[in-house]
Parts: sequence; C-alpha cells; structure tokens
Amino acid sequence: MDEHHEPNAALTDQPVTAPAIGAQASTPYAATTPETVFEAESVSIYYGDFRAVTDVSFQIYQYEITAFIGPSGCGKTTVLRTLNRMNDLVDGARVEGDIKYHGASLYGPNVSAAAVRRRIGMVFQKPNPFPKSIYDNVAYGPRINGVRGKDKLEEIVENSLRGAALWDEVKDRLKKSAHGLSGGQQQRLCIARTLAVEPDVVLMDEPCSALDPIATGRIEELMQEIKSRYTIVIVTHNMQQASRVSDRTAYYSVLTDDKSDTRTGVLVEYDRTERIFQNPRDPRTEAYVTGRMG
Amino acid sequence: MSATPTATSSERATHLTAPRPLGDRIFSIAAAAAGLLVLVILVLIALSTGNEARPWFEAEGLTGILSNNWDPAHGHYGALAFIYGTLITATIAIIIAVPVSLGIALLIVEVVPKRVAQPIVWFIDLLAVVPSVVFGLWGILVFAPWLAPHFKSIASAVEGIPVLDSLFGSPTSGQSFFTAGLILAVMIVPIVTSLSREVIATTPPIEREAAYALGATKLEMITGAVWPHSKGGIVGAVMLGLGRAMGETIAAALVIGSSAQITAHLFSPGDSMPAVIANQFGEASGLQRSALIGLGVVLFVITIIVNIAARAVVQRSLAKSRGA
Amino acid sequence: MAVTTPPPAIDLSDHATWRRVKSNIAVALMVVALVLVAIPLVLVLYTVVKRGIGVISWDFLTGDIGPQISKQGGIGPAIVGTLLITGAATLMAVPLGILGAIYLNEYGRKSPFAQLIRFMSYVMTGVPSIVMGLFIFTIWVLRFQFSGFAGALGLACLMLPVVIRSTEEMLLLVPDTLREASYALGASKARVTLGVVIPAAVGGIVSGCLLAVARAAGETAPLLFTILTVTSVNSSLTGPNTALATQIFSNATSPYDAAQARAWGASLTLIAIVFVLTVAARLVTRRLTTPKR
Repeated sequence: MDEHHEPNAALTDQPVTAPAIGAQASTPYAATTPETVFEAESVSIYYGDFRAVTDVSFQIYQYEITAFIGPSGCGKTTVLRTLNRMNDLVDGARVEGDIKYHGASLYGPNVSAAAVRRRIGMVFQKPNPFPKSIYDNVAYGPRINGVRGKDKLEEIVENSLRGAALWDEVKDRLKKSAHGLSGGQQQRLCIARTLAVEPDVVLMDEPCSALDPIATGRIEELMQEIKSRYTIVIVTHNMQQASRVSDRTAYYSVLTDDKSDTRTGVLVEYDRTERIFQNPRDPRTEAYVTGRMG
Repeated sequence: MSATPTATSSERATHLTAPRPLGDRIFSIAAAAAGLLVLVILVLIALSTGNEARPWFEAEGLTGILSNNWDPAHGHYGALAFIYGTLITATIAIIIAVPVSLGIALLIVEVVPKRVAQPIVWFIDLLAVVPSVVFGLWGILVFAPWLAPHFKSIASAVEGIPVLDSLFGSPTSGQSFFTAGLILAVMIVPIVTSLSREVIATTPPIEREAAYALGATKLEMITGAVWPHSKGGIVGAVMLGLGRAMGETIAAALVIGSSAQITAHLFSPGDSMPAVIANQFGEASGLQRSALIGLGVVLFVITIIVNIAARAVVQRSLAKSRGA
Repeated sequence: MAVTTPPPAIDLSDHATWRRVKSNIAVALMVVALVLVAIPLVLVLYTVVKRGIGVISWDFLTGDIGPQISKQGGIGPAIVGTLLITGAATLMAVPLGILGAIYLNEYGRKSPFAQLIRFMSYVMTGVPSIVMGLFIFTIWVLRFQFSGFAGALGLACLMLPVVIRSTEEMLLLVPDTLREASYALGASKARVTLGVVIPAAVGGIVSGCLLAVARAAGETAPLLFTILTVTSVNSSLTGPNTALATQIFSNATSPYDAAQARAWGASLTLIAIVFVLTVAARLVTRRLTTPKR
C-alpha cells in the first residue's frame, strides 16, 4: 500500500505521509517546508459497489508540481478528480476517508462543490473550449462569478491569455471562434480559461496526450512558468514528462485480489521525483519506471 | 496435384460466374419497390388532390382563395379565415408548447438521474399515444365548458386595457382559437420534447465538465455549454412542432368553434383548414367539395414546406455539433 | 517549534447564493413544465375512466349502434370496425414498411436514390392525417366505394413511413460483423437479411410496429371520408363500416346525453386497446431485444 517514511531529522524536506488518520506530523520542519495544500487521509473511492481506489494517503504541497503516474486503470485520474469534486458528476460515486484542502475538509457537510471548483481548477485530456469566441471562453468563468464591467473583463481576459502564453497569438482575433485554433492553442486556451477565475490549484488530467510534441513542450514550459503562482497536480501517462516537469511524483498501481478477482487502485510510492526515478524504494515502482512493466 | 478430375474444377469455376439466384433478385427488386412506394404515394397525393381541387382554383383564382368569404350558400369559397385560424392556433400552440417541451427535455437530459429519466420518457410517450379524438371529446365536453367562465372573468378584467383588450376580450363559449391552441399545445409536446432531447444530448460531455470545473451551477452550465450546441436544432424542433400543430385535425375540429371569422379576439370561436374539412366534408358536394379538397392541398403544401425546412435545420445543427 | 493550533479553515461554503438560487429556480421551472403537461393527461384519462366506466357493459360492447337520441345502443360495430380496419392496414403497411427499410439500410444505403427515399419517408410522416383521408377519397372512394378497405388504405399510408423509419433505426443497430459472418459462409444478400439481420433486430422492429398500430387505431381523420358509417356489424372490408374513433367524433357533437355517454364509453374502450398495444410494445422491447454489451 502506501509507503511509511521514518521521520528523519537530517532530511529536512522529506515529506511524511500520514500513516493513520489524525496522526500529526512529528518531524521538525525547516522554515522552508512548503505549506500543505491537500491532505488525503485513507481515501477510498467507490463507483457503486466497485472500489476503484483503496486507502490512498498523501500530502500535496504548495507551488510544486506533483505528478500522478501509473498504468491504465490504476485510479490516478479518479484520485485527481476527487480533488475538485468532479467525481460528484458520476452516478453512484462515493468517497470514503477525507481530503483536506488547506485544513478544511473538501467533503464536509456545508461545502459547496462549485466553490471548491472555483479554487481548484481543471484542464482536461482533450481540449474542450466552448463553441464560442476566444474572448467569451476566457470570460465565461469571471462572468458567472459576477464580474460585470467590460474593462475589468478585458483586463482579466488579457492577463489570463498572457498567463497561458497565448496572448500574442490570439490578441488580434479574440472574437473569432475558439474552434479555429490548433489543438495546442486550444489547450492553452483552456488553461487560460481556468486561470481566469484565479484558482489556487490547477489540476491537469493528461493535458498533453492529445497534442503533438511541440505543443506538448510549450505546455510543459508553461507549467514551469506558472508554478510560482499555482499549485499543480498533473496526471500523466508519459514518464519522461513526469520526470521533466514535476517536483514530486506519486506512483499508483493496480492491486489484484486473485481470490475475489477484483482490481483496485493503490498508491505504491510517493516521493520527490528524483527519488522515484533514480532510487525508488518499492520494487513495483522500479519495475514501472525502468519500463519493465506497464 | 489433385485427385479430382479437371471437369469438376471447371464446374466449380462456372459456379463462380453463375447468375444471382432468382429469389435474391426478386427480393431486392421488391425491397426497392417498397421504398419507391413512398415517392409514388406522395406524388399521387399531390396529383389527385390537386386535380380534384382544380375546379375551385379555377373558380376562385388566387384572389378569391385569399378572400375572407366562405359562403357555400352563394357559391363563394374564400379561404382566408381558415388559413388565419390555422396559423393562429398553431402559433398559440407553439408559444405554449415550446418552453414546456424545452423544460422537460432539459429535465430529462441534464437534471434527473437515469432511473428517473426513463419513467418521464415513458410518460411523454403515453401522451403521444392518446388518440386525438379523445382529447377532442374531453375538450368539447369538459374543458371548453370549464374555460368559458374563466374567459369571461379574464375578459372583464382586461376591459379597457389597450392590447390585452383586443386579444382577450369578447368571449363567447369555451370553444375558441385559444382553446384549440391549448389542446394542440398538449398534443405537440411529445414530438418537440423528443427532438429537443436528441439535440441536447449531442452536447459533448467534456464541455459540460469544463463548465462545472469552472465552478458553474447547473443553469450556468446549460447556458454556457449546452445552449450553443443546441440552439440550432431546437429551432428545427420548434418548426417541426409548428408543422404538426397546423395539421392536427380532430381535436381542433371539435373545440375551435367552427365559425369562419378573422378576429384578434383569441377567446372567440374560429375555424381552421383541417377543422373545416373535417366538419363540412360529409355533406359537401360539387364546388364546395372541391374547395375543401383544395384546402387540403394548401395544408399539404404548407406542412411539407415547414417539415422540409425543419429537417434541414435539425440536420445541419446535428452535423455541426458532431463535427465540432 | 510548538504544535500550534491549525490556521482558520478555508471557508468552502456557498457564497454565490444568488447563482445557486437562480439555478434552482430554473430546475423548479422544468419540473413545473412536467407538471403542466401531466395535468391534462391525467385529467383526460381520469375523465374518460370516470365517465366511461359506467357505460361499459357486455351489451354496450356488443350491441348495435342505435340512433343518437336513443338511450339504448352499443358500439359493437365500431369495435369490430376498428379491429378489422386497423388489422388490414397493419397487414399492408408492416410488410411493405419493413421491406422498404431493408432497401434503405441493406441495399440502397447512401446512394442518392436511397437518400431521396429516406428524406421522402420523413416528409411523409409530416403529412396531416386529414390530407391522407382526402387522398384516399379521391383515388379510391370516388372510383369504387366507401369501404373498410378504403379506410385501411388511409391508415396504411399513415403507418408506412413510421414503420420504415423505426425499422431502419433497428436495422442500423445490427452490427456488421453479423452480416459479414453470414456472407463469409456464402449466403446471398436476401438470405443474410432475412436469416440473420431481421432476426437480430426483430424485437425492436416488432415494438416499433406495435406502436405504429397503436397510433393508427386512434386515428380519425383518414376514416372520416372513407368508411362512411354503419349501425350494425360489418365484418368484411367491403362496403361502409364504422370505427371507434369516428363514432366518438360524431357522438362528441351530439346534443343528447346518452350519445355523449356512449362516446365516453367508446373512448375508454379505444384507450384500452391503444394502451394494450403500447404496453405490449414495451414488453417486447424488454424481452426480445438483445441487451447491449
């Protein structure tokens, strides 16, 4: 299941995964320890009776890029979507355990899913701009959040497009349909659209899998540029990408129970990226990152 | 090296070039003929009814037909009042049915979980199978009498108010343009809902997710992601409903009041093309019969045009939605 | 470093209350729309049952039709007429409709001619029923006679495009791999279609046909000018006949209470027939269609 790290005073930036619900981190931190954005505690995710993900615990830190990697069906996208309550949209989806966001439970009684999603944005695998103009796509989020004045909206649109490194390419055709853009441009538009509501976190679900290598490279550059202002969690099939861009990596895998013939996703190992790729602790991690499996 | 003699292999080869079995050919011809039948029937409808209506066209001419002078006693058959009645009742039906159908369609596709959606769909299908004549019977014996006093109170309430007065004043019995429009509305809800559902369902799910991921409420998601994809197709659905409302005969015939007049007063009795045909054909002969058949021709042409346009609009919208 | 109290938790509750309220109002309006439509349906069904059930009796269902003013009288001939005429229409429309759909989906496919036929059968579904009635009047009744057969022709013309379209939809659902397997064994196209494709789609086809029959049974307008009316049973397709729908229509405008009561009874009977067919269609869909994998 998940790795238990022994608290080690010598390695001040060694993360401690919560071994049990309610346990406090007891390692003395250096002042440079980043703030925890997400804290997942023994999270299991069910679709009806099927347990897709079992007993996952981790902490995600601010202004870092965290990558979720693993073979198909290991639940990494499922876990990602739990972070902004997008699983609510699936009939019969259920979360056990808790996920805390800056200390507040995401699944608590008074929590509004819409409020969660405003702070925790998401970019999807296939670019999905609305059939509207580029301007209206980016302005959609601010508009529904009540921003009215034309000047204010224009400012937000420009800043968001700049933030997504798309402004120069589209500034002369803001009113044209978003569908006229190339795939890579559309994905950056979707990123701009997400940034326009000024979220705290940007979740990315295999954002480059539908794009060519050049477009992929630009998105990876973009991620590095914006990570000083946003916490990023990215699910990716591409191990090289994970090792290129991320600070920490979580490796998920499938656990098969031969007796009951059930499969479920588990978190195998979660550590700093260099560690995962160069010196993983778990043999399953090593098998995956060296390409011997999956 | 083969043990079989050469003769057999050439026999086998001949088999490959044998003509198609007779049964197969007959079958394909029969199938094509059945398809062709549709075309044949449509052409026959146009030709035969057009032919029977010719005396009327010739007697009245275009100006006569468009005059408001339906007077069998004196041999005049101007159809304006019926054309007007058809358009008015269909318009009323559309104004009422479209928001209602859209609401139901959105409810089914976007709001309720699948287990609740299925019964709702069956319910709407139930509405579609209730025979028109039963709606008409209820309309004339129950609904219209019930409406009559309400018409009176509305009419006295709006007395004196400019526009409303001419629309809702002057009620007589419950049989009126408005009553017919109401019942027509109920009857076209199933088809408009069904087509709207189809159109709404073509919204790509990932765009719905994009809207939710930005923190949208359900209404915001519908206006942001669903509506841009659906608006074209829904226009088509509305046109289809219009076509159906114009052609619906029996319910309208029973509650419209059978009074050939052109008036803005929606609560007064009127008449429409299908209604007058249904009501007067039994005893008509000669020129009157020709005129009634002629009304049928007009109805045929109008509904065909509306239906073709509706189909074109819906096809274009569906193609755009899937292509994008 | 002492363990401090955790920072004040982030407020994730809903502050966009007006937006939430707007959305809820919208959903509420959708529900209202459903209710608005439910009301007339429930009212109509309720009234038909309430006013019709007292009229139903064995004598009513089998007795001849009397004069409108009479307190006696049944609708026997109308029931026979409806079953006879609708049955005849079904026998004509269903085989032709299925054949036509077979042509569209198995033979013509995307050819221009097939596209034209497809388009025309769509157009034909929009032809008002009264126009169909006038059509049969002009090409048949004027030449021959008022008869149950003429009425059946009118109903068949209404049913044909509906059967074609619903059958074609079902044929489209049959996967090509089934056809290919049959061809690979050397079967001719007719054999493939009749032996493999139709059986695979039979549930959906039957269900679609049952629904078409249900609608046809309730149609009035095509019968108004083609079958005339009779007061005693005519169990042949020649000569005038009557049907439940046309009887209801003429009794609806009658000033006599007894006639109106018979109209309600006839309505209840007609609705019962239509419902049985509709329910049968649903059951067939459930039992005979192969579940999607």
